[in-house]
Amino acid sequence: MLANQIGYYSLVLGLLFSFLLCTVSIKNFNDNNKKINLNVFTLSFLQLTFVVISFLSLILSFVNSDFSNETVFNNSHTTKPLFYKISGTWGNHEGSLLLWLLVLTLFIFLFLIKSREQPKKYRILTLLFQQLIIIGFFLFVLMTSNPFNYLFPVPNEGLGLNPILQDPALAIHPPILYLGYVGSSIIFSASLAAVTQNYVSKKWGQHIKKWVLISWIFLSIGIMLGSIWAYYELGWGGFWFWDPVENVSLMPWLTLTALLHCIMVLEKRSNLTSWVVILSITTFTLSMCGTFLVRSGILNSVHTFANDPARGIFILIFLFLLIFISLVIFFLFHKENKKNLNNFFWLSKETSILINNWFMMYFLSVVLIGTVYPIFIDVMSAEKISVGPPFYHKLIIPFLVPFLLFMALGPKLKWIKSKIEKKNSLIIFFIISVVLTFFILKNITTDLLFYTILISATLFLFFVTLKDLFIQRFENISQAIAHFGFSLFILAILFNSILSSEIITNIKVGEKYSYSKGEIFFKKIKETKGSNFNSIIGYFKITDENNKVVELNPEIRVYNQPIIITSEADIKTTLLEDKFLVMNFVKGDEYFNIRYQVKPFMIWIWISVLLISLGGLVSLFKNKNEK
Amino acid sequence: MYGKKVKLRLLFLALILFSVVLSIFLILQSLKDNVVYFQSPSDIKALIEVDKKKIRVGGMVKEQSITINSDEVNFIITDFKNEINVTYSGAVPNLFEEGKGVVAEGFLKDKNYLSATKILAKHDENYMPPEVKEAIGDK
Repeated sequence: MLANQIGYYSLVLGLLFSFLLCTVSIKNFNDNNKKINLNVFTLSFLQLTFVVISFLSLILSFVNSDFSNETVFNNSHTTKPLFYKISGTWGNHEGSLLLWLLVLTLFIFLFLIKSREQPKKYRILTLLFQQLIIIGFFLFVLMTSNPFNYLFPVPNEGLGLNPILQDPALAIHPPILYLGYVGSSIIFSASLAAVTQNYVSKKWGQHIKKWVLISWIFLSIGIMLGSIWAYYELGWGGFWFWDPVENVSLMPWLTLTALLHCIMVLEKRSNLTSWVVILSITTFTLSMCGTFLVRSGILNSVHTFANDPARGIFILIFLFLLIFISLVIFFLFHKENKKNLNNFFWLSKETSILINNWFMMYFLSVVLIGTVYPIFIDVMSAEKISVGPPFYHKLIIPFLVPFLLFMALGPKLKWIKSKIEKKNSLIIFFIISVVLTFFILKNITTDLLFYTILISATLFLFFVTLKDLFIQRFENISQAIAHFGFSLFILAILFNSILSSEIITNIKVGEKYSYSKGEIFFKKIKETKGSNFNSIIGYFKITDENNKVVELNPEIRVYNQPIIITSEADIKTTLLEDKFLVMNFVKGDEYFNIRYQVKPFMIWIWISVLLISLGGLVSLFKNKNEK
Repeated sequence: MYGKKVKLRLLFLALILFSVVLSIFLILQSLKDNVVYFQSPSDIKALIEVDKKKIRVGGMVKEQSITINSDEVNFIITDFKNEINVTYSGAVPNLFEEGKGVVAEGFLKDKNYLSATKILAKHDENYMPPEVKEAIGDK
């Protein structure tokens, strides 16, 4: 009860601090003082503190199962394990918006204390733009999604958290993802401030790059966690479904990646200023668009909580306001720096980065159109359509080949004007890749030409970056790690999709199912009880073609509150392959529907994403040491 | 005539324009081939010709209609006006039950018969695919 009130009033106070901050900093902006007024720091810190208090009190309400709080009532239950009571805080619409606010206020505070060597006016403007976003979200939370609504009479028991969200990967997925997804707001605010001050320069590039890297690292890992969860929890055995909800997280990732690359041009050559600004604005706009699509109920997924049209309208208006403001600022204030255009040569690092950006924008438009088109058609003609994976595969995979080749060659080029050095080693690598691919693939795929081209390009990148990692100059180590990670990522995905095999059948207890490569024996089932679910564990013995035996025990859980059935896949992971078994009942019958998959190199997909993020991390620390 | 700067700018603009047009064309072209239309059993009954394209059919799983053997699951999707038989040999989602909403994706054999390649069911008790909601809301 008390926690509820503290939480609510902290939020209101947080909003008041926004207005105070704006007044104080505008005053500060116009005075002659060279430094930012200490009050600004204090106020920003206090605002953060109040949001933290509000957030902690919501957690406390969840931990204590205080059902006088509507959010807790809707999303928690006394029998839920403590860990999921806590993670339930952000596993719902209201709580996750509070997390948004927390990240927004945290980032602006960190920005203020970490940007001391930047001009005062620029810092204050960044603060103001960020406060604009923060005020918008405070109003959104308080008006349409208050996490501290009272319920009276107080119910004895809550409705429980959707069981598919009761999972360790998904418990940490939102906070990590938000640090990237919402963290991009600071890039948005800072770039608008820099445009207004005509400060889009080398120095600004070096400074904003850190923030781009931080967002990018967290976004990459956040997306990966969501993907791991989908892999073992949704039971399809895939890791990416081109579901609209996945797409809306991928889109800001693509623009961030583009931004990350072209900011290097700004940093080294003070070129491409407008493009950097446009990308910064686009990234956060795409984050907001994603939030709008997911939270308004237009897209349906586990991320869609109770729908309320007022929320959608609020975000939509806010989104248009932000886009409008940024466009006005961009066109009114932006002056392009033209002096460098004269030294432009085709064969240079700049061109290769532009090519990277071209590909990113192409991938972005594919994903964007694939995601938005069905909504558009629905609104225009009330016809329901869906755009499936074949669309994305057809448009993206062929373009990966040149993309990978440029990715291998681009970093070899120098700024301004360059020649390709050490042509011989590159040619040798290329030949090795093609020959190796051909022999690996000769017997395992029917689509030989297609995969040979694709995998040769990937292997080429793999070898080139591997060599860079071990022999080459140390200064580019972050790039080498990230690009190497990417080649590993594509290799893992390709081999995974070529070599995966799958058996789906309906089977009774005690039965054996034989297939071309082995046998599945359904030994028995056992019923057990968890704290908030009953479960049926199936005992399976699977013998493969080499007479190797693997025992897998997938589980069907029947949660009591809410009553939902989930399947917990059993996965045996090794460095070479994952063996994945999931079972399901088909109601009212003794048959179980089972799906057994052998998925090679699955773990390498996750490892490679971590490697890519590690590349970002190294770059972040390298940047720090240079100063 | 023109300075190098202007020429370079024009070249850039032309390149960007060209690649934008090309990618939009590519994307729209493959959208045409890869879009899956959603239809209710009644929509299918009203068809004049059975198309070979992949479609999605949504509605409720009819009570008492699920039959199962070791290879496949058969059931009937109904929108309470018309119904369609579905045969499916793949993994069944968690919340696939009689009397609950379902979306089956696959190919029509004829107007009464769908051979499904994928079945989608709702994620939890509150969530229902919008298509299903609409199909049932029609009744």
